Amino acid sequence: MSTHGAEAVQFEQTSFNVYDKKLGMWVFLASEVMFFTGLIGSYIILRWGASESWPAPGEVLNIGVTAGNTFLLICSSVAMVKAFAAIEEGDQKHLKLWLLATIVMGASFVGVQAYEYTHLIHEGFLPSSGLYGSTFYAMTGFHGFHVTMGVLCMIWVLGKAMRGHYTQENHQGVETIGLYWHFVDLVWIILFTIVYLI
Amino acid sequence: MATMTAEPSGIPVREEHHPQPFIRKYIFSTDHKIIGIQFLFTTLFFLMIGGLLAVMLRFQLGFPGEAMPGGSILPETMAPGGIILPEFYISLVTMHGTFMVFFAIMPLLVGVYANYLIPIEIGTHDMAFPRLNMISFWLFLISGLMMLSSFWVVGGASRSGWTQYAPLSANPDASGVFTGQILWCLSIAVFGFSSLLGSINYITTIVNQRAQGMTWFRLPLVIWALFITAILGLLAVPVLTAAVIMLLFDQTIGTTFFLPGGGGQPLLWQHLFWFFGHPEVYILILPAMGFVSEIISNGSRKPIFGYKSMVFAIMAIAFLGFIVWGHHMFQSGMNPRLGMSFMVTTLIIAVPSAIKVFNWMATMWGGAIKFTTPMLFAVGFVMLFTIGGLSGIFMAANPVDIYIHDTYFIVAHIHYVLFGGSLFAIFGAIYFWFPKMFGRMINETAGKIHFALTFILFNLVFFPMHGLGMEGMMRRIYDTSRYTHLSDVQDTNTMISIAAFGLFASGLYFGVLFFWSLFKGKPAPDNPWEANTLEWTLPSPPKHGNWEQLPTVYHGPYEYSHPDMDRDWLLQNERPDIVSPAHEVTIRKGEA
Repeated sequence: MSTHGAEAVQFEQTSFNVYDKKLGMWVFLASEVMFFTGLIGSYIILRWGASESWPAPGEVLNIGVTAGNTFLLICSSVAMVKAFAAIEEGDQKHLKLWLLATIVMGASFVGVQAYEYTHLIHEGFLPSSGLYGSTFYAMTGFHGFHVTMGVLCMIWVLGKAMRGHYTQENHQGVETIGLYWHFVDLVWIILFTIVYLI
Repeated sequence: MATMTAEPSGIPVREEHHPQPFIRKYIFSTDHKIIGIQFLFTTLFFLMIGGLLAVMLRFQLGFPGEAMPGGSILPETMAPGGIILPEFYISLVTMHGTFMVFFAIMPLLVGVYANYLIPIEIGTHDMAFPRLNMISFWLFLISGLMMLSSFWVVGGASRSGWTQYAPLSANPDASGVFTGQILWCLSIAVFGFSSLLGSINYITTIVNQRAQGMTWFRLPLVIWALFITAILGLLAVPVLTAAVIMLLFDQTIGTTFFLPGGGGQPLLWQHLFWFFGHPEVYILILPAMGFVSEIISNGSRKPIFGYKSMVFAIMAIAFLGFIVWGHHMFQSGMNPRLGMSFMVTTLIIAVPSAIKVFNWMATMWGGAIKFTTPMLFAVGFVMLFTIGGLSGIFMAANPVDIYIHDTYFIVAHIHYVLFGGSLFAIFGAIYFWFPKMFGRMINETAGKIHFALTFILFNLVFFPMHGLGMEGMMRRIYDTSRYTHLSDVQDTNTMISIAAFGLFASGLYFGVLFFWSLFKGKPAPDNPWEANTLEWTLPSPPKHGNWEQLPTVYHGPYEYSHPDMDRDWLLQNERPDIVSPAHEVTIRKGEA
């Protein structure tokens, strides 16, 4: 308390220097980490405890196709960075172009995954095909669901960008969806490694 | 409030609100106060459902094999001729636990009071994301109704216990419940999403929206408790969501995560469930501790003893809460060395819990205590929570747990902490904040009768259960007369059941009192309890948006009986130089 009454009271900062949407997204991602930890942790425990031998990498799954798909998703993250960099400069045209590129690559990722699923199901590899099938479909399926949601949100953001909603000063929506997109990308790199490569 | 006018006039930060149509104002509202009240009505309804289920299962335990009065309205698949079937009994136990934990106590603590209190106690207009807040409520309602609807589907409600242990829960052929079991999983998944939206909102709002001068260590303890609870919910609930979705897949699309027949591990379900389940226990008690801290300091007219130690104790409990889940699984066949480490971490939790209990007692020590209804409930909380905490120490010891595991000793313990603890604090909170929420008072004498009935009947119901557990009465059993070693516990069970019916009746009495006060209660002043926190500077009930101009905070929340003041409370936003002439003198002397 100040000795000169209220006028001289120095106020400590009572908020973070981060706007609500961004903070909210970070908080949400923390819970997403726990969600995927639940899935991946279960995978690790089930795989280590499995009585039967686990199929070798490439035996059931096609690593080549998915490696290409992984590259596509990483490129979409780069496109997202470019979109964000464009609006930081106030460049509306490139914001829209790079957002569109992100959407196209994200949607293609889901498309390739759908193709992979159909192919595997056709070959008789189902969620009910033992622990390998259970964990594979649960983890990649939930990741695919997250990518799909991300693409839908990104279309929403692109719609707003088309109407000139984002400016050099205020482009919170672009940054927030970008955080989510990079997170989904990061999760995929982990999943690709542990599900396909190891 | 005279002191409000002394605030320097500034630019109004919020435009005038036009009157809203009924549906926007009360149904699809984005106002945190209305959402809190929506949660309150919904959860009180689910609380009554949970209580009704308890009455039915207590009838079976108290009067095994007899026809339940009015039970003949139940269909043949539940209670033919009013006699409860064993299958239906297990559904009752399962759904009683599920409703009380997920749809009554947790949302009463978090849904109601985090929504209602956070913005008005930290001094802001609304939550950071009001629309997400609205969605959170509607998802909660949908998940609750889904759970309730499972009584009416073919096969009835889930029979796997509220903990849903696999493989019973994962294989529909084992329990004979298919649709009800799917509804359980879907409902909890929706509930998890609702809880997640709530947590994001609470955390963001508390971090970012505090009023000028509302530093971390000037936050009321209830806000601290709700903040830490939101973090627990944020990190624990998604694990449950992931687990119930895997369980759902096991039931429906043929995966084998938890089914040993397909190579899965039933023990994995227990680990995932309790990784959520133990932080959940603290989600269910920390906000209650927050309410009690507010009420005890207010009722004792003294600053809370050891404010910072209270805050750090909350943090310690929350942290430890994540590394003790294995104590629910001592008898599961888990590695005993792992059990040993879980035992140690569990016993350590007694330390921060005891810090809180001693701080409450030290707060009351030498205080000019006013035994209002909320204060009675808060003191009742401290007593009953202490008993529940002590029996918790028994169970935390691995060797003792071998003997009392899965007996009524555990049932007694959980009800001492969840009913005697959480629900007593919730009743206290309802009495305490009712005037602010609805602008009317609850009659003190009527409230004290409710307290006396609840306190006496609660102990009659749950204290003897410790003994039943020591005698070897297992939880979830349908009929004690079928076990020779339980031949002499029937009289105790009958007594407990009669007391339980009384306890339910006292709950109904509270319901009547609640609704009567809503319409007929005496109009409430702005600050009926002469409390310090910001919500009491607003009219009762506060308007949409709370403040025309945001308050500035100069004091901590518990500056009761300030020596320089001629009254014994000091609002958080009262400017120090105009509080009292005496205070001015000390400032000039440089003693402040």
